[in-house]
Amino acid sequence: MTDSPAISVLDREGLDALVKTLTTEGRTVVGPTVRDGAVVLSELASADQLPFGWGTRVEAGHYRLIPREDGAAFAHTSGPQSWKTFLHPQREKLWSADRGADGQLSLTAEQPEQPSYAFLGVRPCDLRAIAIQDRVLTGGHYQDSGYRERRSGAFLIAAECTEPGATCFCVSMGGGPAADNGFDLALTEVVDEAGHRFLVRVGSEAGAEVLSHVPRCQADVETQTAARRAVDAARDRMGRAMPPVSLRTLMGQSLEADRWDDVADRCLTCGNCTMVCPTCFCTTTEEVTDLTGDHAERWQRWDSCFDLDFSYLHGGPVRSSPRSRYRQWLTHKLSTWYDQFDSSGCVGCGRCVTWCPVGIDITEEASALHDELEARLRLQEQAEQQERTEKVQ
Amino acid sequence: MNDVPLPYRVTQVRDETADTVSLALTPAGPTSLAPFAPGQFAMVYAFGVGEIPVSVSRIDRRELVHTVRSVGAVSAALCALRPGAHVGLRGPFGTGWELDRATGQDMLVVAGGIGLAPLRPLVFDALAAPRAYGRMNLLIGARTPHDVLYSQQVHAWTAAHGPLHCGVTVDRPAPGRLGHVGVVTTLLNGARFEPRNTTAFICGPEVMIRATARDLLQRGLPAHRIRVSLERNMRCATGHCGHCQLGGVLMCRDGPVIGWDRAESLLSVREL
Amino acid sequence: MTSATTMPFALAAEHRERLMRIAREVSFGAGTRLFEEGRRADRFWIVRTGTVALDLHVPGRRAPVIESLGQGELVGWSWHFPPYVWQLGAEAMTTVRAYEFDAVAVRAMCADDPGFGRAIAVWVGRVLAHRLHAARTRLLDLYGPYGGDGRP
Repeated sequence: MTDSPAISVLDREGLDALVKTLTTEGRTVVGPTVRDGAVVLSELASADQLPFGWGTRVEAGHYRLIPREDGAAFAHTSGPQSWKTFLHPQREKLWSADRGADGQLSLTAEQPEQPSYAFLGVRPCDLRAIAIQDRVLTGGHYQDSGYRERRSGAFLIAAECTEPGATCFCVSMGGGPAADNGFDLALTEVVDEAGHRFLVRVGSEAGAEVLSHVPRCQADVETQTAARRAVDAARDRMGRAMPPVSLRTLMGQSLEADRWDDVADRCLTCGNCTMVCPTCFCTTTEEVTDLTGDHAERWQRWDSCFDLDFSYLHGGPVRSSPRSRYRQWLTHKLSTWYDQFDSSGCVGCGRCVTWCPVGIDITEEASALHDELEARLRLQEQAEQQERTEKVQ
Repeated sequence: MNDVPLPYRVTQVRDETADTVSLALTPAGPTSLAPFAPGQFAMVYAFGVGEIPVSVSRIDRRELVHTVRSVGAVSAALCALRPGAHVGLRGPFGTGWELDRATGQDMLVVAGGIGLAPLRPLVFDALAAPRAYGRMNLLIGARTPHDVLYSQQVHAWTAAHGPLHCGVTVDRPAPGRLGHVGVVTTLLNGARFEPRNTTAFICGPEVMIRATARDLLQRGLPAHRIRVSLERNMRCATGHCGHCQLGGVLMCRDGPVIGWDRAESLLSVREL
Repeated sequence: MTSATTMPFALAAEHRERLMRIAREVSFGAGTRLFEEGRRADRFWIVRTGTVALDLHVPGRRAPVIESLGQGELVGWSWHFPPYVWQLGAEAMTTVRAYEFDAVAVRAMCADDPGFGRAIAVWVGRVLAHRLHAARTRLLDLYGPYGGDGRP
């Protein structure tokens, strides 16, 4: 490690130099940029492509870009994509099979050289989402080798959150706008009278090494204070919150709730929530053959538990009603994920709320389920109380 | 090796019933999959068509037997294979029956239809060490007498007065064939077991599993000693595709064999 | 048939003993007809060993077996309901040892003692409910292709 203090400050040129350094190292730099009326994640040639001067206004089923006077680059909320697009891509070839003249099969693993990614501007919620997918895809007995390769080579530059959106609720999911760990470098954007700059913290040796090639100054107290204050303020400005109860228990006790019928009346079962969710990992497979009939390929692609075919069992789908499919998504995300992978599957990024075409709000549904459960338990208690009273009499 | 299937050669094809065949498979090359335990399954790949989970129905050193019923595109392709053809195999996957759990106890094996396939290697293992267990019972339910899998073997078991009590019952009798007619639970009255000291292993259609497990609970078997094998859609078998969930259970990883103490509440929720 | 519907479990000791007092031990060789469809239902049996097949006469084919009954199970319930006529036929599939009961006498006992009568009615009702459930389950053809959802 060269002369890298743990905390330093980059200006816009410094950010440019950071991107150049990563590119020179042979990395594919991916970060937010404005395209098609949204902040999307895309390969960046330079830091100029970051969404300087763009913010977002979100609500349930609503997303708009809004210009910002301050020129901030990381003052937008989550867009329609997440980093899983790159780590756990929508389509991936798994293996190919060739049939010889004598009917013999040869099966070959697909082992392409994986890109060496640098993700610039990973939100703390998305850092946690990546950690969750790490556990799902590489933390068990079997590992997804493609994901493992891409993930182990990825360089993560977090951008702490200073502008939470109206659909954000990471604090109530046990997270927050600050990046605590799981990054190589962490940026906190500060724009004030003293200028536009980025406080940068080092989270790994690789981070320190990269930073050593980037012109920067030592962090001054004012910048550190302003950064801390902005992140702290963000913590109190979450647009939404989950009910403050054990969601795991709530979902487990709500499998037969009436609320599922209510949400099923609104849900289009389009699967948007599963596509935009940064932790949803489900996939299906496709068999592709060529015209000779002697070459076949096995492809994996994203799948959604809202798809009827998802639960197909010789004869028909196990989950044929929209009610059961929405319930599967929500209970898996908030409850059975613990059974399977020792954590919640939700980080509170709010994407599923923003990008639901009919504006179904996961926090509202959880609250409604909570209210229903409370009411049911109250009735039960009253009934028991009455029984006891009658016995005494 | 669980990323890419290993090529296996079909060495024998046996027609079990009108729509079910048993494929005997040996490794086509020098490497073979790790040993399978009864109740575990492999992902069997039919070239150009796809992959499905199939339990092992016989484990004989390097040779594996899979019994496949033709119900979909992949299973139909597998059923059409002839000796010499190749398939791809990944595995072994999932929990097994864990025969050890029955050590020192009476054993009740209840099979419905194709459900006999994953139970057969369990019965073979138990018969190989009969002294380790108390009384052994194999109760088989089938659609008609023509639909009983491994009919020669089953006939030998029912006729013999060995350590295994074997009963067969059918939903619909065939003309001129004697035998029990009725649901498989009717055979429980004739089985020899002490409910409080019995381990049961059940596989078949879910309705049959539920009916059998409930009957056994009523007779006094503890729920955790009732082991059932369940089925869900499956793509990867490695816990990553999300298809085989039943509540918190990932069937490929935590199943297919689970205790009734866990299965009962899961199967009681519709469309879970 | 679960243990709950076999007679020793389904009846309280007091009623069981009263019923057993009029039981006759009988045995049938394989192939013996116990009763025929349409005839007067004046007896019933509880199987001790062996198997009894219930069948239904169909012109032009051998009578198909509807269900087989084994150890502990009640053979015959038509004696309990007017007009006391057998709905099915019954034949010993194997050598059968059974307890045989005079239905007229049991009906008289039921009429004399409503408590005993109710116990017998509940027992017969449970047997019927269970057989109905089993028959419905078999109608589903669960072992058929696609779990018996009716497709060819």
